[in-house]
Amino acid sequence: MVRVAVGVKRVIDYAVKIRVKPDGSGVVKDSVKHSMNPFCEIAVEEAVRLKEKKIAKEIVAFTIGPKQSAETLRTALAMGCDRGVHVNVDQAQLDALTPLQISKMAAKIAETEAADLLLMGKLAIDGDYGQTAAMTAAILDWPQATNLYSLQHNGDSATVEREIDGGLETNEIKTPAVLSVDLRINQPRYATLPNIMKAKKKKVKAVKPADLGVDVAPTLNVIKVAEPPVRAAGEIVEDVDTLISKLKDAGRI
Amino acid sequence: MLRRITSRAFRRAASNYVPIEDQMFGINEEQIELRYQFRKFFENELPESLLRDIDKNDDFPGLRDFLKTMGNMGLNGPGISEEYGAKDNPIKSAAIIGEELSRKSAAISMSYGAHNALNVRVLDANGSHEQKLKYLPDLISGEKIGALSMTEPTAGSDVMSMKTTAVQPAGKDYYVLNGNKYWITNGPVCDTLICYAKTDPTSNAGDSITAFIVDTDAEGFTANHIPEKMGMRGSPTGDLHFDNVKVPKENILLGEGAGAFVLMRGLNIERLLGAAMPVGIMQAVVDQSFPYAHERKQFGRPIGKFQLMQGKMAEMYSSLSACRAYTYSMLKSADQDPEAMSNHECASLIMFVSDACTKVALEGIQILGGNGYVNDYPVNRYMRDAKLMEIGAGTTEVRKVILGRYFNDYFLD
Repeated sequence: MVRVAVGVKRVIDYAVKIRVKPDGSGVVKDSVKHSMNPFCEIAVEEAVRLKEKKIAKEIVAFTIGPKQSAETLRTALAMGCDRGVHVNVDQAQLDALTPLQISKMAAKIAETEAADLLLMGKLAIDGDYGQTAAMTAAILDWPQATNLYSLQHNGDSATVEREIDGGLETNEIKTPAVLSVDLRINQPRYATLPNIMKAKKKKVKAVKPADLGVDVAPTLNVIKVAEPPVRAAGEIVEDVDTLISKLKDAGRI
Repeated sequence: MLRRITSRAFRRAASNYVPIEDQMFGINEEQIELRYQFRKFFENELPESLLRDIDKNDDFPGLRDFLKTMGNMGLNGPGISEEYGAKDNPIKSAAIIGEELSRKSAAISMSYGAHNALNVRVLDANGSHEQKLKYLPDLISGEKIGALSMTEPTAGSDVMSMKTTAVQPAGKDYYVLNGNKYWITNGPVCDTLICYAKTDPTSNAGDSITAFIVDTDAEGFTANHIPEKMGMRGSPTGDLHFDNVKVPKENILLGEGAGAFVLMRGLNIERLLGAAMPVGIMQAVVDQSFPYAHERKQFGRPIGKFQLMQGKMAEMYSSLSACRAYTYSMLKSADQDPEAMSNHECASLIMFVSDACTKVALEGIQILGGNGYVNDYPVNRYMRDAKLMEIGAGTTEVRKVILGRYFNDYFLD
């Protein structure tokens, strides 16, 4: 049986109307509803199913974030993970971290927790990078399979499917591996009240980035954040000639 | 940015609701997380289209399954020992979850409340170990539905004047019940019913009534549905007839003549859990009406920008917050020391929040104007549901009398 590590991230709730801060330095986060990244929920669900199928013997959930991320970790524990690792950084540091820095931490955690499988969501809905799983695999020098539609663990290998334009692509990869999940691989369960209560007693290890040998000094400087420009109204023209002349006038052709 | 494909209602509701300043009302991070997890659960399980049908038809065919789902989520039997199948579920968390359920459907919340607060908790507080082992596990799992019957057509506020009799024939080990109970929530669907009956018909004193556990498959028991309620439609309300129904003497709670004691004991926790309902309904009202006031434009601007509307929103919101603060602080005490609950304070709480709720719901309809007057929008349902809170479980008038008498006793000898 394998030990699974699954990464979870606390992000602004997907249903919130995002507002840009007046000074353009970022988006408004204070007093805004946050929750677990939806793809992380799906990853946790996939990990818990591995345990239910008796393929996984233990699931370690980990998160990198401020103290509020502890609640996100608790949700993962309530869904069925066994214990947690919380890498403490404050919100400002978290906002400045790049996928490379996150991947280094994730790779180190996979090593120290002796994971045989590392699961993640395919992307986080705040940054939308979609890079962490692949980078982590490269750092670990493990095989990777991303954007998964299905996962079948076969001991020292795994059969995986993902959606492509023409249909489903099936691959076989060796394990240990880093896997990232896509939307339709499963429907995450609700945490029941008894499991939420039990999760309070599960162990969470507190860790600093320095313990993982990672420097969280910012490597990227965000100059400005702005809303996308309001879409201008369109114009209906009578014929193709008018269309062409208007496009020429607008410098489009 | 990706949008997960969930029900449209939830997507709109989650981004477009009036935020709750939980941390200001003594709710900790963990309870806040609980609130939103169960809000999501209820939003997904109870879409508005289903609730509209339930209200229109006064029928929820999925009630039994829903109570089982609640059982699977560990939501039945708040505060009850694990020995009988309940799970770790403190009163305050139960109330927050009840509030979120009421925010979606007060009718379903009422049936859930009658099952849990009126039946399960009373069994737990007063039943013998054998009675609890026999009845509680199925009730907590949701396999069986529970109800409680006190009120009769001619005995409402004056509940002690009830006419249902329980007679133990000489030499028999059972009692025979005859009578008629009315307005009984879950009556038409329950498997187990706690029934108060007169074992001493010559008196109206406290020891004249006894509480019985009745299995509703007993011969002589019939339950009819009371139709055409103004609100709480979909919560089955029963007109129950007992025609020589035999109830074994082992099914008496506590003992003959202990009825009034059973009735009063645990009443406070029931009132507290009940107070979560009006708070949930009020939240639903503001969640519907405040966004509407910013979408509806007249005279070239959103109506929410006119001062009379701003004033309305201010009054509704502060009323809701006051009710929330009152309810939550009482709930916190209930968890810390259940015995410290006093009758008059609990009566005061439920009286205050129920009264506030109807008023807030009426204003909600007013904000929507004509749209508040039709069932396309749920606001009028909220008001129709809210009104019951001033009537059921002790009318506003009775609650006032309880408080008034308390002060009379306090200052006079």
